[in-house]
Amino acid sequence: MQDITLWFQDLLAGNLIFTPQTLGYYWEGLVTTTQLVFLSLVIGLVMAVPLAIGRSSGRRWISLPIYAYTYVFRGTPLLIQLYIIYYGVVFFDGIQETFLWPMLREAFYPALIAFTLNTAAYTTEIFRGAIKATAKGEIEAARAYGMSQGLMMRRIILPSAFRRALPAYGNEVIFMLHASAIASVVTLMDLTGAARFVYARFYAPFEAFLFVAAIYLCLTFAILYLFRWLEKRLLAHLKPA
Amino acid sequence: MAATPLPLEVRNIKKRFGDTEVLKGLSLKAHKGDVITLIGASGSGKSTFLRCMNLLEQPDEGDLIVHGEEIRFKQTRHGREPADWKQVVRMRARLSMVFQGFNLWSHMTLLENIIEAPVHVLGKPKKEAIEQARALLERVGLSERADAYPAQMSGGQQQRGAIARALAMDPEVMLFDEPTSALDPELVGDVLKVMRDLAAEGRTMVVVTHEMGFARDVSSQVIYLHQGLVEEAGPPDQVLGNPQSPRLKQFLAPKY
Repeated sequence: MQDITLWFQDLLAGNLIFTPQTLGYYWEGLVTTTQLVFLSLVIGLVMAVPLAIGRSSGRRWISLPIYAYTYVFRGTPLLIQLYIIYYGVVFFDGIQETFLWPMLREAFYPALIAFTLNTAAYTTEIFRGAIKATAKGEIEAARAYGMSQGLMMRRIILPSAFRRALPAYGNEVIFMLHASAIASVVTLMDLTGAARFVYARFYAPFEAFLFVAAIYLCLTFAILYLFRWLEKRLLAHLKPA
Repeated sequence: MAATPLPLEVRNIKKRFGDTEVLKGLSLKAHKGDVITLIGASGSGKSTFLRCMNLLEQPDEGDLIVHGEEIRFKQTRHGREPADWKQVVRMRARLSMVFQGFNLWSHMTLLENIIEAPVHVLGKPKKEAIEQARALLERVGLSERADAYPAQMSGGQQQRGAIARALAMDPEVMLFDEPTSALDPELVGDVLKVMRDLAAEGRTMVVVTHEMGFARDVSSQVIYLHQGLVEEAGPPDQVLGNPQSPRLKQFLAPKY
């Protein structure tokens, strides 16, 4: 342990930009980015499952409102959505008196809401496509074997749709990680926010941004690796022996 | 006579798709142990007729009686529908179907495919279902493929697996919808052999097929359909051995 500390001190010796203090900013930014992306992905995923089922429904009064939602959130820039939520929220009368205000006043929660709504919209459409692509014959077999609609959804359609959706969803996760960089424009000190801070302080764009780019790359590789592992396990059934 | 009710009876089934009337009043009675084969040119309505028997298609008219229980229908804006879907689910669990395209669930192993409906539809304990599934796999000669996914099996293996899946429901009647039509010629024999064994042990079966040899050797009744009507029906010796209608004669004539 002491070796590592010494090695680290050695590495930082004489370096004006990457001091323990700025590295601390980067670390906090990494924590914020991870929390923001992870939470919005998890909540978005949970929302997307029922939304995708509704979106695939034959009843238009269920599927149309969901389509309107996904169309709006996929059809407008995430940055604009973030602006609307972050700057717009104060204009709701009385919001400052509610228990929500201490949260909404921070940049984190408006960003979380915007990212969650955005990823939920994309994920809904990814899942809907996968649900629609379920082999007709498999659905027919489920009906012929006495399955109710709910049982069929739970046992046949969703398990195979989730597997099919996995590669596209992996892309969505990486996209969200990269899109989260815009959270810094509403004063959030995420990874990009930390990099901007370091840049502004030292006027050292290459050091500040190349370093943060390397961190994003590492995170992307971790996500890629996770999904490759998941696909290997869960998509084994699609590969002929 | 306090006999056990007929496994399956359908009366005067009519079905139209848009302006075309596909089934113009078809009836069928399956006694226990009967093997009824439906033959006919494509477009004659034989597959649609079979699919009406477990309500994968909704007949516009006609009665359906499974194990003495008549299926109740109601009229809706979209046409006739079953009045009670619970009844349909119960009835479907008594009739299991084997499809032309096998239709095994692709994300499950063969063993999982076989225990799926017994466990989740019939409520059978999982352990019991697995034991039964292993026995069935042995019967159809697929013991070593229990953990294979459908995409990893040949068509003949998939179809024999699908037959095992159908048998796992302990069905009263098995419905076969052209079970060998999607198979390579050298794989047809294995599937037909399994079906012959089933017939020999007294399974009640309704089979849509183009395999005239199977129809001749195994069936108790052959029904020849033409344009949604029964053109000729009876025991195989009579219908296939001594056809009366010119159309059936032509249908049975050697093609090359």
